[in-house]
Amino acid sequence: MSFYVVQFLSGLASAAALFLVASGLSIIFGVTRIVNFAHGAFYMLGAYVAFSLTERLSGALGFWGGIVSAAVIVALIGVLVEMLLLRRIYRSPELFQLLATFGLTLMVEDLAVLIWGPDDLLGRRAPGLRGAFDFFGQAIPTYDVLLRVLGPVVLGALWLLFHRTRWGVLVRAATQDRDMVAALGVNQKWLFTSVFALGVFLAALGGALQIPRDAVNHTMDLRIIVDVFVVVVIGGLGSITGAFVAAVLVSELNAFGILIFPKISIILVFLVMAVVLIVRPWGLFGKPEAAARQTPGLAVQPWRPLSAQARLAFVGVLILAAALPLLGSNYALIVGAEIAIFVIFAVSLHFLMSVGGMASFGHAAYFGLGAYGVAFLAKLAGLPMVACLLLGPLLGLFGAIVFGWFAVQLSGVYFAMLTLAFAQIVWSIAFQWVDVTGGDNGILGVWPAALVATPARFYWLALAITALSVVVMRVLVFSPFGYALRATRDSGLRSEAVGINSKRIQWAAFVIAGTFAALAGALFAYLKGSVFPDNAGIALSVDSLVMVLLGGVETVSGAVVGAIVYKALSIWLVSYTELSKLVMGAVIVVLVVMFPKGIVGTFDGLIRSGKLSFFKRGSQRATQAEGAE
Amino acid sequence: MSEAAALLAVDGLTKSYGGVHAVRGVSFKLTAGEILALIGPNGAGKSTCFDMLNGQRKPDRGRVQLLGQDITGQPPRRVWRLGVGRTFQITATFPTMTVRENVQVALVSYASQIFNLWRSTPDFQRDEADRLLALVGVEGYAERPCGELAYGDLKRLELAIALANQPKLLLMDEPTAGMAPRDRIELMRLTARIAREQSIGVLFTEHDMDVVFEHADRILVLNRGTLIAEGSPEDVRRDPQVRAIYLGEGLVYDARHQEGAGA
Repeated sequence: MSFYVVQFLSGLASAAALFLVASGLSIIFGVTRIVNFAHGAFYMLGAYVAFSLTERLSGALGFWGGIVSAAVIVALIGVLVEMLLLRRIYRSPELFQLLATFGLTLMVEDLAVLIWGPDDLLGRRAPGLRGAFDFFGQAIPTYDVLLRVLGPVVLGALWLLFHRTRWGVLVRAATQDRDMVAALGVNQKWLFTSVFALGVFLAALGGALQIPRDAVNHTMDLRIIVDVFVVVVIGGLGSITGAFVAAVLVSELNAFGILIFPKISIILVFLVMAVVLIVRPWGLFGKPEAAARQTPGLAVQPWRPLSAQARLAFVGVLILAAALPLLGSNYALIVGAEIAIFVIFAVSLHFLMSVGGMASFGHAAYFGLGAYGVAFLAKLAGLPMVACLLLGPLLGLFGAIVFGWFAVQLSGVYFAMLTLAFAQIVWSIAFQWVDVTGGDNGILGVWPAALVATPARFYWLALAITALSVVVMRVLVFSPFGYALRATRDSGLRSEAVGINSKRIQWAAFVIAGTFAALAGALFAYLKGSVFPDNAGIALSVDSLVMVLLGGVETVSGAVVGAIVYKALSIWLVSYTELSKLVMGAVIVVLVVMFPKGIVGTFDGLIRSGKLSFFKRGSQRATQAEGAE
Repeated sequence: MSEAAALLAVDGLTKSYGGVHAVRGVSFKLTAGEILALIGPNGAGKSTCFDMLNGQRKPDRGRVQLLGQDITGQPPRRVWRLGVGRTFQITATFPTMTVRENVQVALVSYASQIFNLWRSTPDFQRDEADRLLALVGVEGYAERPCGELAYGDLKRLELAIALANQPKLLLMDEPTAGMAPRDRIELMRLTARIAREQSIGVLFTEHDMDVVFEHADRILVLNRGTLIAEGSPEDVRRDPQVRAIYLGEGLVYDARHQEGAGA
């Protein structure tokens, strides 16, 4: 019995950090409508800065002073970020805001490694709270008691702040209707900045308080942000009480989940989240979202099918690409095959987010499922390659059917967060369920059949499947199904009023996109000869988003160009610099702020506005040919 | 017999939000080919009433029947399949498609081809789409992006979309709101002509009394959620209660209301 009580109490202690970060995220979202992906990075920075300060300052005052100063310092960094970056993107579509703050996260990760090194850092114990006390034979760390008290104290303090101060009233008013608050003459800029500072302060405090409990390292940002997304989805974005209740719930589920499903404890949290989403899609304490802001794509020119010339150009480019084995080295062929595979992956996400208006932050889940599907069939069932390539993606299809059903119940940022959480679940299963998936060691020895075992032949296979996939996806875009899907994106009201079942259409689109991603994953497994949990990782999901964005969200086939450019660039980058995350993060931020239309979109716009008069005559043809490459 | 003959029969429709009774026990009937106007001052419950007819909102109590079939609480897409077209107070169209494609989406849906993954939509029933566009007078804009249309033309396009499923009943929430005076009269004349020719029942709400009195066969007057008068334009014009709410209680009907688009 006492064991369960201890488990319960330990869950409560973990809830404190989760609550601090989640409440910060919720407060920021309430006022600015930005889901700050970088919140995990601020949490991590809080821990690193607190580590450095408490190492230098001595005594109890030094320790606690160090913790609080760390949170204040990070909050000031947050103010800088808000003024330099976020102010430029408050009016951008949600997807761009999530991406920009994710780019920031990437940069902070590499900077943290630069400053503090890649190894785990063990911080000081809290003075006076070093020991543990005995509870019916079980040891409870004294420090945990402090954390347990802290959660409710912070909740109370926030309540007082929001209900008893003028600033708090303004924040609550802005949460309900920020345009009205602006109309009443409140300086929005400083309100937003101060709210962001408070949110970051809470996250950094949560991170700083972790140093006596846990090692500090550069992966803690992504770990916490996924948990926090789950918390705010359950509790309801914008609700502090919701964040508290959900933080406790998730922490307890984690604490007891370990006892019930020791291998895949995350399943329990997932089940609870699924139930909450069915009963209350906007979370336990949240309010139903008002109409979402413009999704990317609403400013686009109507899409047109390819002209005969453009089709010819597509075939020409394909023939050129197929001639690569005559010129290139084996290395070039392997890179070429990888790029081709990523074209499928990017185009599948493009279908989901540009045609369907559903920006997934976890598209890698289906890529990973496809890869593992092939690995299971090849290694465990011993099936030949053709069978594996055909059946392996079915695992992705199945995953997309299950996850997609939940995901399409939501839209906007909730959709993005939920897809991210699903991808993280797939990743965790691949990582934790060692008996089946091999865990971090992956599954090795997934070799292609002898017929396509040379680099040239495998390249041709990948190119052929890619070309076929791109053509099929284009046909889909202009099919009645594609139009119905775009109709649900353009106007849910109108599409329902002409007999279209939006949710079912979106679900079908989710499954189609997931299956093509799984096909890409299946090919990728054969290209590399192995599968790893990272095939379903966040980094890969974001790669696919950047490819679509780079090519142009509003174009029909920009994703193809985006995938080629991005993949070539990142392969080159990784071989030339250690700081690839820093560069990539900066590229994402610059892209979102200065170049939101992407390569094809910008090119298209220049032609339309007549700045590229050379192309003007065949403007449509020229862009489409570009898009088809 | 009269039950079966009524195209639309509404019985005791009621809806409250918290303590506010938006619509209280509204009952009326509409026969095929009849043009019925629902009028009333701002906040009378017209839009709420409207939204309950095609399933946009669920009523607390009451029944809606279409040709004798109970459609209460059915989602809009089912009601549409039974032959009800709808236009909105603020137009809802597909801004990233061309004008013709907007109609083609409705045609695709009417032909139950939504899950067709193969055919080319831009070529789908092109002639029928162009015929509908010509009917409402925007055939010249077929290839234009819908997002570029002037508001009056958007209203016409919405009408074309609403006609795509050969409706028996058209529900039009403020069909002329936000339009220039001349366009209003043209659009309503057009609607009335189509309705008479194809024997479509029309229920519309409107603030412009010129439009209402010129075209409505019958008028329903709603005030604070309750029907207070019903009858021919002449009867309603003479009704003392109607005069009171429009002239007597500070909600004076004047030129400002004519230009405003408020509900």
